[in-house]
Amino acid sequence: MASHDHDHPHDHDHDDHDHHHDPHAPQKDHDSGPADPHEVLEQALRELLIEKGVLTAGEINAQVDFMDTRSPALGANVVARAWTDARFKQRLLADTRVALAEMDIDIGSLADFRTVENTPETHNVVVCTLCSCYPKLLLGIPPAWYKSTAYRGRVVVDPRGVLDEFGVKVPDGVDVRVHDSTADLRYIVLPMRPPGTDGWSEKKLASIVTRDTMIGTAIPKVTEKTAARAARGKSAS
Amino acid sequence: MSGEPVHSAPRFKPGDAVRIDDRAAHGHCRTPWYLRGKTGVVTEVQGAFRDPERLAYHRSGLPPQVLYKVRFAQPDIWKTYSGPSTDQLEADIYEPWLQSTT
Amino acid sequence: MSEPKRKTRLRKGAGGRAAHDVGGLLDFGPIDRAEHDPALWEKRVDAMLILLVGPKKGAFKIDAMRRVIEDYGQQEYDATTYYQKWVRAIRNLLIEQEVITRDELDKKFAIVATEFEGRGRSVPSKVIP
Repeated sequence: MASHDHDHPHDHDHDDHDHHHDPHAPQKDHDSGPADPHEVLEQALRELLIEKGVLTAGEINAQVDFMDTRSPALGANVVARAWTDARFKQRLLADTRVALAEMDIDIGSLADFRTVENTPETHNVVVCTLCSCYPKLLLGIPPAWYKSTAYRGRVVVDPRGVLDEFGVKVPDGVDVRVHDSTADLRYIVLPMRPPGTDGWSEKKLASIVTRDTMIGTAIPKVTEKTAARAARGKSAS
Repeated sequence: MSGEPVHSAPRFKPGDAVRIDDRAAHGHCRTPWYLRGKTGVVTEVQGAFRDPERLAYHRSGLPPQVLYKVRFAQPDIWKTYSGPSTDQLEADIYEPWLQSTT
Repeated sequence: MSEPKRKTRLRKGAGGRAAHDVGGLLDFGPIDRAEHDPALWEKRVDAMLILLVGPKKGAFKIDAMRRVIEDYGQQEYDATTYYQKWVRAIRNLLIEQEVITRDELDKKFAIVATEFEGRGRSVPSKVIP
């Protein structure tokens, strides 16, 4: 690990002497090769904001840590709860903010959340054509493809083609409903619980709920492996 | 419903047919170009929110604007839509961009 | 406080749509589904933005951030990554809102660039539009 000399002299508050335990020690410092000038710009802005007392290094680090706690695994727990608790599901669909708060998930004040439910009649898929709005405070930072102009451009006009590319074949007779997140509402898809999961625990159910199933570009699948794992878990418990 | 208190009664209600204004954007706006001039149906009054077209220029965004969820039949947006005619698209649109179709 | 100028930078050959307003366009090739974990500097950009627009700091609104990104127009919009757009927009807004000055930033950028180079990481361009 880095000696003291390699520590980033600007990464911390002046009252923070615990250099060696900084979880945000600059992992990229030892990268060889040219830097993206935007990375230099980030550090310059961060240092100026800290020097001016607008932000502290502690606040920035805490926010990075906080965002690291937001990941598709968190959303998967919510979906699994909705699959096993019909009343929770009703609350989730009626007021997502309140239902998430029950699970100690605070979505902050920047945007409100809506949950849209896949049914045998309707498959939902989410996009933000104007920028990249995403339920980040539940699912973490969005995948690069979600932010790409290729996805944003095409999914509204050719949703079935895009879904097909992602491996989702929506049969005729099931409507595809695209949600363009144009305002301060963030959309989460509640996928359908797949057959073959009767008696599964919430934890096992959550294991088949991926990020893309909550965007609508995948459907939860019971593979031989997950089924076997669930069966083993069931007999053991 | 969420966001800011509603200052004025919403002009539209769920079930109303609405046409998205096809005027040009004048600076920042949140009404996508592909929906302008298209007709859909209000499915939900989402509440009132500060106006992004003013917030973007450091103004207060007040009074809040009523926001609607509008559902479009895909063939009403794209003449050449290749999927089933029952496919849909929904977007959240602020009241100043909505026109009555009657 | 004077209001920044309202303008809409259009996408060429795509009707009256703005550069960022891409719904319905098929011009961008296949969807690249490669997964990338964000780099630490990108996570910090994300963190700074959330803090700056939050109720406690209120340096500017997220709507202003979107407006500044849109103001770059098509060429820059298509050529930059997500967090490149964000860090530029944060810079422009901090200057617009007089939280920092251009001069302060130029000086700081030069110091940080020298530090990077001292660690063996060249900074190929020191001008970011």
